Amino acid sequence: MFGSFLKTSQVKSPWLMHFDCGSCNGCDIETLACLTPVYDVERFGVINVGNPRHADVLVVTGTVNQRNAVILKNIYDQMPTPKLVIAIGACGCSGGVFREAPNVLGGIDKVIPVDVYVPGCPAKPEAIMDAVVVGLGKLKGILEASK
Amino acid sequence: MARTVIPFGPQHPVLPEPIHLSLVLEDEKVVEALPTLGYVHRGLEMLAVKRDYNQMIQIVERVCGICSMIHSLCYCQGIEEMLGIEAPRRARMLRVVWSELHRLHSHLLWLGLFADSFGFESLFMQLWKIRERVMDLNEATTGNRVIVSVNVVGGVRTDLDEAQVRWIKDTLVEVEASIRSLQSTIMNDTTVCKRTKGVGVLTKQAAYDLGAAGPMLRGSGVAQDMRQLKYAGFDELAFEPVVETAGDCWARSTVRFRESLQSIDLVRQALDKLAPGDLAVKVKGKPEGEVITRVEQPRGECLYYLKGNGSTFLERVRIRTPTFANIPPLAAILPGLDFADVPVVVLSIDPCISCTER
Repeated sequence: MFGSFLKTSQVKSPWLMHFDCGSCNGCDIETLACLTPVYDVERFGVINVGNPRHADVLVVTGTVNQRNAVILKNIYDQMPTPKLVIAIGACGCSGGVFREAPNVLGGIDKVIPVDVYVPGCPAKPEAIMDAVVVGLGKLKGILEASK
Repeated sequence: MARTVIPFGPQHPVLPEPIHLSLVLEDEKVVEALPTLGYVHRGLEMLAVKRDYNQMIQIVERVCGICSMIHSLCYCQGIEEMLGIEAPRRARMLRVVWSELHRLHSHLLWLGLFADSFGFESLFMQLWKIRERVMDLNEATTGNRVIVSVNVVGGVRTDLDEAQVRWIKDTLVEVEASIRSLQSTIMNDTTVCKRTKGVGVLTKQAAYDLGAAGPMLRGSGVAQDMRQLKYAGFDELAFEPVVETAGDCWARSTVRFRESLQSIDLVRQALDKLAPGDLAVKVKGKPEGEVITRVEQPRGECLYYLKGNGSTFLERVRIRTPTFANIPPLAAILPGLDFADVPVVVLSIDPCISCTER
């Protein structure tokens, strides 16, 4: 019974962790703006947490570079399964304008598997919220399949 | 008691961006703080050899998403100086309008994050609610909320019509009233003062010697602001740097609070002085020679060194950003603090790591 409760709450009230992985801050502040009064995703039960061990959804902004690839992988590994990864912005999807820069590896899918890609430079808060909704649909499918 | 080393970051709830500090503690007191950078380094300056000087505007805007317009302003001024052209008066005034709107939203953003760093979440939410009004202004006048891309070499690409000017002024009246309604909370509230007054004191001499920039410098009593250089349209606007003398976290937040009101005033002045005219001059020639330009970002002085060689590609772009200048003062004020005060003091320099590492 406890298991089914967890499964329901994971979809109904996802806990989200944001990691800035070499972004220009544009997407970061838009992600934060989602949590503040005008967009306010907290009314849907989404909570921003600081600890990857508490998180269901990992929201990553920015490109992966030589140095933070290991950290991104660590954070991903620390999250409990099933987990969802959302790549935000052109940089998160493919490297964006920085894809030819010497220190940049590319999109975050070079390091960890990504479930939802959000285009835009920077992505709008509406697009980010839509991505979380789409991602939760996917998570629900995974949870139902594992029953 | 033996010394303990606590890693702070790179992923930490209070930090929107990754920076790593190794904090050496004795009991609860910080003895030493060693910053480690490089988590957001993209190698952006190297892209100058792969993109022509017009395409570089889009790249330098993405040095920092919060003050993007001011980065491209600094870059365009440098290229214009190399080419020997000057943006028309209307374009220079419009540049002031958008750069001050950026400063306003950046300061509101920071005040919110600062409130969040000592757990005052309702103040954080209030400030970000006000900030959304400023973002609406950006979006309606330029087409994008954060990275507005208004600057081109020789001027700006977007104009404001009469209705937009009126609407901006009306909105700013409401924004100013909302900011003023929070003044007593930000400056006088007991809980805020307990966490900020006397915490992380940087003396005037130390701030000057360690090369602090922006509100960090002005919070310690040094009246230095790059807008005194009268770049863009600032030569025609009444402007005095905001200075506080206490040098603690409270002084820094007060400087930023007063500057946000000052920005509203500057936007109004610039809008009043908007006269009909061209938006951009025709660009001829290729950039050649070396140039250094400086502008005032929300976080302090931003310096661009540009070197052209007569082709469409620049030979070198070097960017010195304010947070980079503020890290040595930060490392100097952390020792002696309680561990619980570290997030507040780190936030008080308004760290923009993506600027710092580029």
